Amino acid sequence: MKARQVLVPLAAVALFLIAWEALVWVMGWPNYKMASPTDLIPAYERYWSLFLTMGWQTLWRTVLGLMLAVIFGVALGMVMGFSRTMRDALYPLLVGFNAVPKATVVPIVALMFVGWHDFNTVLIAFMISFFPIAVSVSIGLSTLEPEYRDILRSLGASQATIFWKIALPKTLPEFFGALKVSVTLAFIGTNLMEIVSPHGRGLGALFDSGKTNSDYPLMFAVLIALAVLGIVLYYIVVALERVFAGWADRTA
Amino acid sequence: MTMDSLIDIAGVRHSYRTASGPLPVLDGLDVQVPEGGFVAVVGPSGCGKSTLTRLVAGLLIPDAGEVRVHGKRVTAPRSNVGMAFQNPVLLEWRTILQNVMLPLEIVPTKLSRAQGEERARKLLALVGLEGFEGKKPSELSGGMKQRASLCRALIHQPEVLILDEPFGALDAFTREDLWQIMHRVKAEEPFTGVLITHDLRESIFLAYQVVVLSGRPARTQFVMDIPDTGLRTLEDLYTPIAAERLNILRHQIEVAQGRVAA
Repeated sequence: MKARQVLVPLAAVALFLIAWEALVWVMGWPNYKMASPTDLIPAYERYWSLFLTMGWQTLWRTVLGLMLAVIFGVALGMVMGFSRTMRDALYPLLVGFNAVPKATVVPIVALMFVGWHDFNTVLIAFMISFFPIAVSVSIGLSTLEPEYRDILRSLGASQATIFWKIALPKTLPEFFGALKVSVTLAFIGTNLMEIVSPHGRGLGALFDSGKTNSDYPLMFAVLIALAVLGIVLYYIVVALERVFAGWADRTA
Repeated sequence: MTMDSLIDIAGVRHSYRTASGPLPVLDGLDVQVPEGGFVAVVGPSGCGKSTLTRLVAGLLIPDAGEVRVHGKRVTAPRSNVGMAFQNPVLLEWRTILQNVMLPLEIVPTKLSRAQGEERARKLLALVGLEGFEGKKPSELSGGMKQRASLCRALIHQPEVLILDEPFGALDAFTREDLWQIMHRVKAEEPFTGVLITHDLRESIFLAYQVVVLSGRPARTQFVMDIPDTGLRTLEDLYTPIAAERLNILRHQIEVAQGRVAA
């Protein structure tokens, strides 16, 4: 990676923080209306150990939910990609399921599995993030040009061989595109549950306690911490994409 | 049935099931290709030429009639076929060399990996792709991809090479280059071939027999032999005899399209 690729985004972040600070200063906003970046520093200093433990809670539950979403989404995508009947049968269900705002599902799940905070959180992260993966895998598989199949089938290859040698690798760029969307969605899912659950844990719960205690800089500090976690996870996916589907990148 | 035919297609009838009932595409198709022969199949668009290739490859089983290769009835895909299409369908995540070697990962082969690689390099050199073994398909031009696709179709020494309009999407000069490469390949790597094409010049330049199919449902309408008189050059396409053959074929296509009476 060239220095430019690191410096340009860092400069953009620095500019953003300066603009934010300047805006708050020029408008003369109090910190309960809009905290400025310099207001956040004391919040991080005071609660750094909480940020670490809560951040870890949020991170592992998001990643676990995401991993389940990958497993389930890929399996569902495969079923729909290979079978026309399954595609016709499952699409309306899937779209309907996805159309229900997860914010309305959160209280239901929180009541259904009351007390199972980790389970609830992972479940919502999973539910909110598997849809793009399932759709992308199913489209990737069902749009495989018939010639690709014919080349291998005419040699006597089995369906499984066709899947491993052609269909799977060919679907990877779409899969990673969907995974990037799912990463951010999974964070939304985790935080929705953390905020709503009584006695919750994670950054969402920290946000909620900031609200309860009218500690506005803390609330903003949580938002920034979430953004940082999201960026980290996103770039991990980008790195995986380079390794497994780097061939699809034509800009290099 | 002639005993010396490697590919023998006799009285083949085939329909596709569609929402509005069966759609007959082939009805009374007869094509014989002797061992080492090269037959071009021409006909109006949508007349079922590609269906023919799928029948020979064993990807489709005809409703009636039979397709035999080496006297054995084709009832399922067998590894003795190599295919190349208009779309080169190279795997973009593999290098050219890995693409060419793909069939060796599937068909039972006596070649070791090293021998397979040596053979792939030899084929690539034969089609003028020496030095491109480590490139990805996205780094190659359309004509080069098609040449790599041809090598992949030949790597496992198939008895039958099926070419379904492999040069259809290329510009005229690249196409003529590939015609000459085909002759070079055939001299070095003998195969029995079926070429589906829309290009009459291509058919008489490459094949030793041209089969004209009628409009849908297709039957064998006309057969023209093109004697093997040694190495062909592009100049041969501009001789009176070539012009006469093209005229006859042109007329047969028009008959097949239903534009003129036979």
